[in-house]
Amino acid sequence: MKTRKRSNAPIFWLLFGGGGMMAALFGPMLVFITGIAVPLGLLLPTGTMSYPNMLAFAQNFIGKGFIFVVIFLFIWHAAHRTFHSAHEIGIHGGPLTKLMTYGVAAVVTVIAGVVLLGLGF
Amino acid sequence: MSKRRPYVRSMDGWWKKNPFYVEYMIHEGTALFVAAYAIVLTVGLVCLGQGEAAWNGWLEAMQSPLSIIFHLVLLVAIAYHAFTWFKLFPLTMPPIVLNGKKMEPCAIVGAGWTAGVVAALALFVIVWGIAA
Repeated sequence: MKTRKRSNAPIFWLLFGGGGMMAALFGPMLVFITGIAVPLGLLLPTGTMSYPNMLAFAQNFIGKGFIFVVIFLFIWHAAHRTFHSAHEIGIHGGPLTKLMTYGVAAVVTVIAGVVLLGLGF
Repeated sequence: MSKRRPYVRSMDGWWKKNPFYVEYMIHEGTALFVAAYAIVLTVGLVCLGQGEAAWNGWLEAMQSPLSIIFHLVLLVAIAYHAFTWFKLFPLTMPPIVLNGKKMEPCAIVGAGWTAGVVAALALFVIVWGIAA
């Protein structure tokens, strides 16, 4: 039996697709809430992102999962797209390009995972 | 040794020559803004992990005019990502068959945009519900 090397492309493509979908569905509203509405005190109740509220959210099983999925999928989506678009401007995916895209995504994933686990349940 | 120096046409700025390719580069470029936002959230998460003082420092930083302007740019870029993500669905998704008929491209795009608006409103209502 000849063993054939399986391509890892579907994994990265799936992360790209999943992240693109998450960013398309929730990205604009998340940016609006965390970056505009809460800092300016618009629309949402005061203290929406207060320390006790956010700590409780990050310690809740669903909240923790949501934070991780958003960060994880957004960064892997961006990494994959940037890696392939770099080709269009003449940067042809070498080890450095991979480090700057997938490498950054891996580091962000580890940081997010470690902090979320450290916050407890 | 070969002394041949064949002419190779430069590909620099190829995408600037056609509006279709310019749009392509812009919608691919939204990925940089998605990455920037993921990093902003990760910094916030690290601050949350460090305790109340660090978290309040992050909240304060998010209130700076520069941060507000940056997030307005992120909002435009990521909204454009959402707009084009669904607009490309007829090309990127396998054909959807409903009642033995292939779904029209404009119906697929319309359903995608509708899903995007519904998801955004649902998220807002959920956040409101948790906070209130």
